Amino acid sequence: MSDISQSAMKLPGITAANAAPWLIATLFLLVLPFIFSANSAITIMNQMAITIIFALAYNMLLGQGGMLSFGHAVYLGAGGFMCMHIMNYVEDYSLPLPLPLLPLFGGIFGLGLATIVGAFSTRSAGTVFAMISLGIGELLAACSIIIVAFFGGEEGIPGDRTYGLPFFGVEFLQQIEVYYLIIFWLVLSALLMFLFSRTPAGRMANAVRDNPERAEFLGYSARRVRYISFCASGFFAGIAGGLLAINLEILTGEDLGLLLSGEILLITFLGGVGFFFGPIIGAIVFTLLKTVLGLETELWQLYVGALFVATVMYFPGGFAGVLMMHAPSAKLGKLKLLVVPYIKTLVPAFFAVMGAAGFFEIMFHMRHAAVGEEEMTIFWTTFNSHSVLPTAVTIGVTVVGFWLAKRSAPDMAAAWHASITPNKPAGASAGERPADSQAQGGGS
Amino acid sequence: MSTSTMPALELDGLRKSFGKTEIIRGVDLAIGRGERHAIIGPNGAGKSTLFNLITGRFPNSGGHIRLHGNDLAGRQPFEINRMGLSRSFQITNIFPKMTVFENVRCSLLWTKGYKYSFWHMVSRSRDLTQAAEAILEQINLTARRDLPAGVLSYAEQRALEIGITIAGGADVIMLDEPTAGMSHSETDYIVELIRKVTVGKTLIMVEHDMGVVFGLADRISVLVYGEIIATGKPEDVRSDAKVQEAYLGAALEADH
Amino acid sequence: MDLILVNIIDGLVYGLLLFMLSAGLTLIFSMMGVLNFAHASFYMLGAYFAYQISQTMGFWPGLLIAPLVVGVMGALVERYGLRRVHQYGHVPELIFTFGLALLIEELVQFFWGTNQMAYETPEILQFAAFSIGANSVSAYKVFMIFASISIFLALLYVLTRTRVGMVIQAALSYPKTVEALGHNVPLVFMGVFGVGTALAGVAGVIAGPQLGTFPGMAILLGSIVFVTIVIGGLGSLWGALLASLLIGWLTTFAAASSFEFADILLALGMERPADMDDSILRDLWTLTLPQIGPILPYMLMVLILVVRPHGLMGKRGV
Repeated sequence: MSDISQSAMKLPGITAANAAPWLIATLFLLVLPFIFSANSAITIMNQMAITIIFALAYNMLLGQGGMLSFGHAVYLGAGGFMCMHIMNYVEDYSLPLPLPLLPLFGGIFGLGLATIVGAFSTRSAGTVFAMISLGIGELLAACSIIIVAFFGGEEGIPGDRTYGLPFFGVEFLQQIEVYYLIIFWLVLSALLMFLFSRTPAGRMANAVRDNPERAEFLGYSARRVRYISFCASGFFAGIAGGLLAINLEILTGEDLGLLLSGEILLITFLGGVGFFFGPIIGAIVFTLLKTVLGLETELWQLYVGALFVATVMYFPGGFAGVLMMHAPSAKLGKLKLLVVPYIKTLVPAFFAVMGAAGFFEIMFHMRHAAVGEEEMTIFWTTFNSHSVLPTAVTIGVTVVGFWLAKRSAPDMAAAWHASITPNKPAGASAGERPADSQAQGGGS
Repeated sequence: MSTSTMPALELDGLRKSFGKTEIIRGVDLAIGRGERHAIIGPNGAGKSTLFNLITGRFPNSGGHIRLHGNDLAGRQPFEINRMGLSRSFQITNIFPKMTVFENVRCSLLWTKGYKYSFWHMVSRSRDLTQAAEAILEQINLTARRDLPAGVLSYAEQRALEIGITIAGGADVIMLDEPTAGMSHSETDYIVELIRKVTVGKTLIMVEHDMGVVFGLADRISVLVYGEIIATGKPEDVRSDAKVQEAYLGAALEADH
Repeated sequence: MDLILVNIIDGLVYGLLLFMLSAGLTLIFSMMGVLNFAHASFYMLGAYFAYQISQTMGFWPGLLIAPLVVGVMGALVERYGLRRVHQYGHVPELIFTFGLALLIEELVQFFWGTNQMAYETPEILQFAAFSIGANSVSAYKVFMIFASISIFLALLYVLTRTRVGMVIQAALSYPKTVEALGHNVPLVFMGVFGVGTALAGVAGVIAGPQLGTFPGMAILLGSIVFVTIVIGGLGSLWGALLASLLIGWLTTFAAASSFEFADILLALGMERPADMDDSILRDLWTLTLPQIGPILPYMLMVLILVVRPHGLMGKRGV
């Protein structure tokens, strides 16, 4: 028994426990197209996978390095456009470059641009870094219109991914073939980014984020540490760009623009910057919101914006942070304590949100629908948007739902606190373990 | 000068002004290898400024600082640290979100030669783990190994701060008020800890608690208004007339 | 010569407009350490509110009421949003204001749609004040210049001659000391944020009829304003003024010039290629200065940051 634990101590690298999530995720990704086999589903999944890589790369900066960038799409775009040109060049000269290797060149170009920009932008983290990233983002976005030879101007640069020799018989005509190419790069990039966070450079990125001065007095140049994270992030953003070029077969200035830069910040923060898997959740949820909600309502961006602001204000840990709040409860086996209080609060809260959304939809319809068009349909109900009753109903549902949720919210909080507190062993008194209770008192 | 007689740290006519105010007004001091040296003085004498000058936090306005004979002029804190000088801070300065173990491991990375490597896994480096655990043992925090450093008690955080400071193996250790804000028993505990972990190293500390100073230091320098008015063995400094006057004067002023 | 004079006036109008925004932004930044990403969104709100008011009451009441409303909204945002996020640090604050900018743009589209509003200059100012050669300068532009300058003078008066101004001035240099002196710093913050956003609102009211009132107006001007205060030096009011005028004239003159990069290539002894599509320098041959005018501020910013990281007149590192 002790021998086994001894050898486990000596080799804390790859164990069944920490390899399992990766294997399961890979397996899941492999069978996913069999579950959702429609072409539209695969298109969404491709988009999602690329967004995940980009969001993880972005979180190397924001979450792990504490650097807020408003212009990170630049590195994705740089990699993407370069890949597009390579793709066209290889086609013109029939060079033997297999398509699956192409994203690597995107990474190299993203890395190249990051080494140049990072040389002066990583001098500090904070506000100045954010402003420089915004300036560089604007500069390159504007260049994308002016420098037609490289960025293709308004029309963009098209390419053809089926240019070359088949790769082991695969020609990448089908979306599904592209899907497997993308998830290969997704798993590889995610794994590399995860491992990066476990290296000295990755650990010191965290240290510099939390306390740059202390890190300097440990022998590390904070600037150099930031620079390395920045370059690595640019590399993986470039890989995402290369995949985007392959997936879309056309890139325009939008693919390096500020809108995309803002979107990736939103995605990463919604998902949660504090945990490695946060951006993955963010990318999945955002892509689903965009496609599903986008089909349902013109106001989806308003809702996402509101969700984002609410997240920054009340849940700065994002989705991942909220999930991980429950890790102690799960460990103690007390999750079931939470079910009833959560239902009591969250169900009314859900109705309140839906009521508010309904109200906004009606207002929007009243203001912007074509003259004479007064019929509208939401929540499977058709009615006249100018009549009073529907508006009254939405307001009523919102107010009542909010009131109920607010009333039971303290109980929910109490239940959560109870669920993360270990049960006191029977008969234990405060005096029994003085060292522990003292330490806990000091920590609070 | 041979290496054995060369002082570990030498200040030569050191000056520092903020605007028109001169805070450090020509300090000369040589601290020998392996010496435990305390710098004392009334509030506002410039002790912390002196520390910040030596460690490269502020640039000096005049004079020289030499570490093992090498001039530190224009060097960044991280360069000075790599030359073998490490410091703690008056206000606890640790990585609060990391675990206690990780705090110590981070402070070992540079001297263990990992530098900016992104091809080593820190958890797979047995030398790192063992060295970090040895440090934890020394500072008696093994039981707190996996807790976030931010939740430790104040005394434990101070001990961790000392652990981080010595972990890199620097031979000149500078501690800025290591026992500030501590109870008697905590102070005794930290003093023993300092004595234990600085064996064979050069120790320079700023301290207010005279019991700590006279118990630990081999030599003491008294800094008043940016000048050193006395340097010597504890008993000599204690009986020095100028020191008596400075401290008595300060005490009288404080009474008003 | 006439054209240069006209450009000087146009550049001055644009520069002063930029200054009205950057002054508030830099004031808020120096007080609170927060770079308000949504600053230009308040400028947009100013224009939209003024438009709405002008529909019923005309231009002049809007000039008074809209900035007030915007300022109150700004103060509320500080009190109930920013102050809450403050505990998490500066980066989350910046992310919060970024989210706010998104949300305000969506709300503006929600209420007013995506089209440009018919927000017009007041009739009383719809005449040519004077002409320079063949170019007439509209009375509204003259009004814009006077309005901006009087606001700047008022701001200068408040900052240097009043008690509140003293507290703010002191807070610019010694934020911690002011707090220690027992001033109600949260209230001062709320006030400064309110006044800063109200200034942005005034800029919106004045610029709306001239530059257009549409949902993209915030983004269009917003990033230029950030560039301005980075170039001027974060936290420096005079730096903001200098950089605003610099950028105003730089972009105006670039837009009006007829300079072509082909001239340089020809001067270098290169021959104009017969078929442009074959030349790798195609873009250089066809590029003109007006085309790159809009990105000159960004290039200037990068240059400044490389050469002088604290900006033209900034003292404090951030």
